[in-house]
Amino acid sequence: MTRRLGRRKFLLYGSATLGTSVLLKACGNTTTTDANVAGSPTATTTSAASGDTIKVGILHSLSGTMAISEKSVVDAEQLAIEEINQAGGVLGKQIQAVVEDGASDWPTFAEKARKLIDQDRVVTIFGCWTSASRKAVLPVFEDKQHMLWYPVQYEGQECSNNIFYTGAAPNQQIEPSVDWLLENKGREFFLVGSDYVFPRTANTIIKAQLEAKGGTVVGEDYLPLGNTEVTPIITKIRQALPNGGVIYNTLNGDSNVAFFKQMQGAGLGPDRYPVMSVSIAEEEVKAIGVEYLKGHYAAWNYFQTVDTPANQKFVEAFKAKYGSNRVTNDPMEAAYIAVYLWKQAVEKAGTADDLEKVRMAAYGLSFDAPEGRVTMNPNHHISKVVRIGEVRDDGLFEIISSTDGAVDPLPWNQFVADTKGFACDWSDRNKGGKFKLDA
Amino acid sequence: MQLLIEGIFNGISIGAVLLIAALGLAIVFGLMGVINLAHGELMMLGAYTTFVVQNGFRQIGGPLLETYIFFALIAAFFVAALAGLVLERGVIRYLYGRPLETLLATWGVSLILQQFVRSVSWQLVIGLVIFCALFFGALWAISKRSNFYRIRNWAIAILAVLGAKISWEIAAALGRRFGLALTQPWFGAQNVDVTAPSWLRGGVVLMGFQLPYVRLFIIALTLICVVGIYLFLGRSPWGLRIRAVTQNRSMSACLGIPTAKVDALTFALGSGLAGIAGCAISLLGSVGPNTGQNYIVDAFMVVVVGGVGKLVGTLVAALAIGTINYLVGSGTLALISTPIQPLVDFFTFFATTSMAKVMVFALIIAFLQVRPAGIFPQKGRMVDA
Repeated sequence: MTRRLGRRKFLLYGSATLGTSVLLKACGNTTTTDANVAGSPTATTTSAASGDTIKVGILHSLSGTMAISEKSVVDAEQLAIEEINQAGGVLGKQIQAVVEDGASDWPTFAEKARKLIDQDRVVTIFGCWTSASRKAVLPVFEDKQHMLWYPVQYEGQECSNNIFYTGAAPNQQIEPSVDWLLENKGREFFLVGSDYVFPRTANTIIKAQLEAKGGTVVGEDYLPLGNTEVTPIITKIRQALPNGGVIYNTLNGDSNVAFFKQMQGAGLGPDRYPVMSVSIAEEEVKAIGVEYLKGHYAAWNYFQTVDTPANQKFVEAFKAKYGSNRVTNDPMEAAYIAVYLWKQAVEKAGTADDLEKVRMAAYGLSFDAPEGRVTMNPNHHISKVVRIGEVRDDGLFEIISSTDGAVDPLPWNQFVADTKGFACDWSDRNKGGKFKLDA
Repeated sequence: MQLLIEGIFNGISIGAVLLIAALGLAIVFGLMGVINLAHGELMMLGAYTTFVVQNGFRQIGGPLLETYIFFALIAAFFVAALAGLVLERGVIRYLYGRPLETLLATWGVSLILQQFVRSVSWQLVIGLVIFCALFFGALWAISKRSNFYRIRNWAIAILAVLGAKISWEIAAALGRRFGLALTQPWFGAQNVDVTAPSWLRGGVVLMGFQLPYVRLFIIALTLICVVGIYLFLGRSPWGLRIRAVTQNRSMSACLGIPTAKVDALTFALGSGLAGIAGCAISLLGSVGPNTGQNYIVDAFMVVVVGGVGKLVGTLVAALAIGTINYLVGSGTLALISTPIQPLVDFFTFFATTSMAKVMVFALIIAFLQVRPAGIFPQKGRMVDA
C-alpha cells in the first residue's frame, strides 16, 4: 500500500514539475523577444541564426560586484547596435547581440567567452572591465584566434593581437594627469589605491614618472577592495602632508565613497588636498554625492560635458533610451565607439567572418566619436584626446584642461625600466606585440 | 601626547562603527544561536531607507531637511525590523537548532535581497503583488474545502505556475505600455548617495587634528543603542522573557512564556538594530547592493572575539579591534617604538591598511587559541545548547 502510494505521489509530483517547466519555458520564450523593450539585458537572444543577421557577443558582469559598473557599458553597446541596425545594419545585415553574464567571476568570463565563440558562433565580442577578467579571457581569444573589444582604461603593459583596446593606455590618462598636477598643484604626492593589479601598476608608473620629472612620493597606502574604514590613511596623509599636497587616487568601487566622505569629515578639503582620480566618472559622482566631490579632479578622455555634435547626439540618444536621470561616462563611450569601429572595419574588409581581414582593415580607421576624432593604431589601441575635469555643482565635470590633439597610445610604458623602449605593431608580423625600438 | 589622544579617539570611532554593526548580530547570534548571514543586507536595507527618507525630505525642502537623519533612523529601524520579522516567520523559525541550515538559508536570503535592490522597479513590485494576491488568495479560497489537505500539494504546484504566468504577463504588458516609468529601477545597480545634513559635515578641531562630527554622532548613537539594549534586556518584562528563553527554552515554554513570540521579537529587534547601523554607516561609506558585505565579516569577528551571547564582550572586542586596527594601520605603533629598531621595522611592515588587517586577523587567531570562547565566555549549564 505504502509503496503504491509512493509511486502515485512520484507520478503526481513528476507531472507537476514537468508541467511547470513547460509553462516556465513558454514564459521564458516570451521574455527574450521583449528583451529590448523591457530593458532587461540579462535575457539571451538565442533564436537560430538566419542569413540576414550577424551575431556579436557582449560579455560583461550583469551580477556580482562589477555589475555596478558594467551594466551601463552593456547599455551603451546595445544603444550602438540598435542605432546601427536602424541605419540599415552592417553589410546589409542586422546585428544580433548575444549577451552573456560574466558574473564578476574570472573563470566564468573565460567559460562564457568560449561558449560565445564555439556555440553561438559570434564574429566578435565586446566585453570585460577588470584587468583580471581580461587576463582570464586572453588565452581563450589567442587560442581561438578570435577578437575582443575591451572598453576600459587600464594599466597597459599588454598588447595582444586578439584584443582591441578602446580605453586609454597609461600614457593617455595617468601620465598626462601627473604632468598637469606637477604644473598646477604641487610636487608632493600621496598615492592611495585599492589593493590589486591596476592601482599597483599605475602607482609604479607614477613613481617612475615623478622620479624622472622632479616630484616626490611622500607616502602610499592600499585598501583591500570593499574596505570602507579609511581613518588610518587620513592620519597618514595629514602626517605626510601637514600643509597640503596632491593626492593621487586609484581606489576602485565602494572604498571611494568612504574615502571622500571621511576626507571631508576630517577637514581635508580640495583647496589644500586636491584629489586626482582615475576611476571616478559621472556615474560614480552621482553615487558618492556631489557635496563630497566638488572641486576634486578626474582624468579621462571623455566627459559628458564634451562639446561636440557627436556627443550631443550620443547623450540625447542614451537618455531617450534609458531615462533622463542616466549619465554617460568614459568606459561607456569607449564601448560605444568600439561597436562603431568594428562596423567600419567589417565594411572596409567586406566581410564579418574573416577575422584576419577585419583586423587588418581596422588599422588606421578613424571615427568621429563623442570624445572627438579617434584613430585605430596598428598597436590595437586608439589615439585619443586627454582631458582633466573638475567636479561641478550639477555632478558633471568642468573640463579645465585638454590636450591639443589626440595622444598616440603607448601600451608599453616608457617610464618603467622593464618596458622602456618597447613598442607594439601588429600590422607587421615581424614586429608583433613587443619589439625594441631602434632609436 | 597628541599621538595618544588621536589614537584613542580614532580607535574609539572605528570601534563604534564595528560595534553598531555587530550589536544586532550579537543579539541574534548570541541569544538565539542563529547565524544570520543576511545581517549585512538588513544593514543595507537601513541604508537604502535613509536614502529614501533623505530624498523625501529633499522634495519637501526647507529647514526640515536638516533633521532628516532622525526620521531616517526611526524609519530604518522599523523597515529592517519588519524585514527581519518576515525573515523569521518565513524562513528561520523552521530551522531553529540547525545552525548550518540557517547559515545557508540566510546566505540565500542575503543574495536575494542584494539582487532585489538592484532590480526592483514598479514593474517588479506590481508583478509580485499580483502574484501574491493570486497565489495566497486562491490558496485561502481552496483551504475552505473539506478535502484541502489531500489536494494541497497539487493546488500549490498549479497555483504557483498559473500565478507566475498571469502576473508575469500583466507586468510585461504594463511594462510595454508605460515603458521607462514602470521599468526603470528604483535604485539600480549603481551605488546611491546619502549626504549627511550640513550640521554633521566638517568637524571640531582639537589639538591640531579634526574630529569629524559624523564620528561623534555615531559614537553617541552607539552609546544610546548599547544602553537601550542593556536596559531593555535587563529591566523590561520582555527582556526577562528573552533571557529566560535563552537559558532554557523548554522550561520557559512550560512556564507559559510564548517562546515563538519571543523568538520573533528578538529577531526583529536584532534586525532593527542592523537597520540603525545601516543608517549610521551610510553617513561614512557607501550605499549600494554590496554595502552589507563590507561589514558582515567584521561584525562576526567582533561577536566571536567578545564571547557569544555577552553584550559587554561585544563592546570590549569592538573597541579593542578598532584601536589595534588604527594603531597598526596608521603607523602610530611604529612611531611609538622608535628607540627599538627591530620593532620599528616590524610595525612599519604592517603599517598599511591591508597589512593591518592581516595582523588583526593573526592576533585574533592567536587570541582564540588561548580563550576559545572569547573575552567573556558564557557560563552556566546551558552553554553548549
